[in-house]
Amino acid sequence: MSMTITEKILAVHAGRDHVSPGDMIEAKVDMALANDVTAPLAIKVFREIGMEKVFDTGKVTLVADHFVPNKDIASAEQVKIVREFARQQGLKNYFEGGESGIEHIILPEKGLVLPGQLIIGADSHTCTYGALGAFSTGVGSTDLGAIMATGEVWLKVPPTILLRYEGSLQPHVGGKDLILHTIGLMGVEGALYCAMEFTGGVISRLPMYQRFTMSNMAIEAGGKNGIMEPDETTLAYVAERTSLEPDIFRSDPDAEHERVIDIKVDGIEPQVAFPHLPSNVRPVSEVGDIPIDQVVIGSCTNGWLEDLRDAARILKGRKISPGLRLIIMPGSPLIYKLAMREGILETFLDAGAVIGPPCCGPCLGGHMGVLASGEIAVATTNRNFVGRMGHPESEVYLANPFVAAASAVMGRVGGPDQL
Amino acid sequence: MIQGRIWKFGDDVDTDVIIPARYLNVSAEAELAKNCFADMRPDFAREVLVGDILVAGKNFGCGSSREHAPIAIKAAGIRAIIAESFARIFYRNAFNIGLPLLESIEASKGLSDADGEDAVVDLAAGRIEGKGQVFSARPIPDFMAKLIDAGGLVEYIKKVKIGR
Repeated sequence: MSMTITEKILAVHAGRDHVSPGDMIEAKVDMALANDVTAPLAIKVFREIGMEKVFDTGKVTLVADHFVPNKDIASAEQVKIVREFARQQGLKNYFEGGESGIEHIILPEKGLVLPGQLIIGADSHTCTYGALGAFSTGVGSTDLGAIMATGEVWLKVPPTILLRYEGSLQPHVGGKDLILHTIGLMGVEGALYCAMEFTGGVISRLPMYQRFTMSNMAIEAGGKNGIMEPDETTLAYVAERTSLEPDIFRSDPDAEHERVIDIKVDGIEPQVAFPHLPSNVRPVSEVGDIPIDQVVIGSCTNGWLEDLRDAARILKGRKISPGLRLIIMPGSPLIYKLAMREGILETFLDAGAVIGPPCCGPCLGGHMGVLASGEIAVATTNRNFVGRMGHPESEVYLANPFVAAASAVMGRVGGPDQL
Repeated sequence: MIQGRIWKFGDDVDTDVIIPARYLNVSAEAELAKNCFADMRPDFAREVLVGDILVAGKNFGCGSSREHAPIAIKAAGIRAIIAESFARIFYRNAFNIGLPLLESIEASKGLSDADGEDAVVDLAAGRIEGKGQVFSARPIPDFMAKLIDAGGLVEYIKKVKIGR
């Protein structure tokens, strides 16, 4: 019986020859992940279950990235719970301070997640690792606490929506625009309970960082996971980071799909998602005149080194609009260092940017760039819900790093072509 | 049987609206309940009573995986949520903590103007009464029903997986 890549990975981890959409399975987890917001609750659940030790000290990773450097006493107490638990359990992978960055950037960067794995994280953007050809999805803290205790998770095998991208990309158009365009097409619940499988000539030519961006936002269409078959690009990325052997799974040619969506990319411009849903997209040429107060470049969606390079290409030799705040958050300490070495950070500083530490920062309105009432931001982040970046009467427009950088220069929402 | 007042919400209610991120620096249930729907419906946390029922449209609970969202709703007093559809992580989280969800397009639409009115929910039968009408919901899947019967995933694992 033929299977999709998602079904094959789930079957192997459930110890079965075959699974079909709708099957309830209990599957073994290769990596369990939580952060400073979700781990304290998961730890509480783990203790309630009554187990002494986590199922495997190498397969539970905890990352302090949401409200760090600790923004207030309450946040510091949460991180303390996580730190003490990690020490007491002897976890091999706990990241805080100068070792920490955004979870979905540092796990791939450190080679902790691999093709073919089953990865479950108490964070909705855990779907990011689908770009590596892994099954990876977000859950809540109770699920994560149970996984830490048992090493297993219950899952319903999702039907797969196959998305095929063909054609040639326009300049300044990349993974962010493809996924925003797709969410616009499908709606924020268009892939509810489903696996999204990204394929086609365009995907095979996309660099790794843009693949991560696409898989990262599968959740924004309601998807359970957003997966891509591993290819030479994937394997080269993984080989640079770990000596562990990846498990390569590919969809059978006659695998069944709930839907197949063909997307011709030639006409796709840089996309901008208007408030207050990621599906509310328009091409950048149709945005109109929207003055802005702040631009944020970073996050698990677009905090990669290459994203910073893209933004720096636009900002080189330019100044941001007077009175505007440009906040740049590199995704990891390594990205920070390499950006420094390449002179990218100097370009940002010369343009008038504030450079923050590697963390989630203002993306979820936590700290380091929260918006006041009536303020408008352009962000390379993933959500523009009401109040996401601060006051309930503030607004967020989502875009790629080129558009974010160009908007910072112009003081309004716009693309590099308008500079 | 669950009997209470209806709190009506629309489509795509996300977890940032249910519990804004600025309140996520604590995990205590009572604190989370106090700030539930803080921006969208400030009267909710003040006036909601134990046993009340939340009725929403499509894709309820979309966005982040924060379990603080269903915890806040449950700790505030809500005993069942009825919606056209639920975002999948919220769906898992709610059943895992023992907060039952019912999917019913007809009830969601039929009770769209019933904010503040009474409703009665029979979970086992998937039956919802309100505005003098009776609506039916999709049956709760077997596995989810087991979770609710056990009192959530923690109790389920203790009983079934570890045998305590």
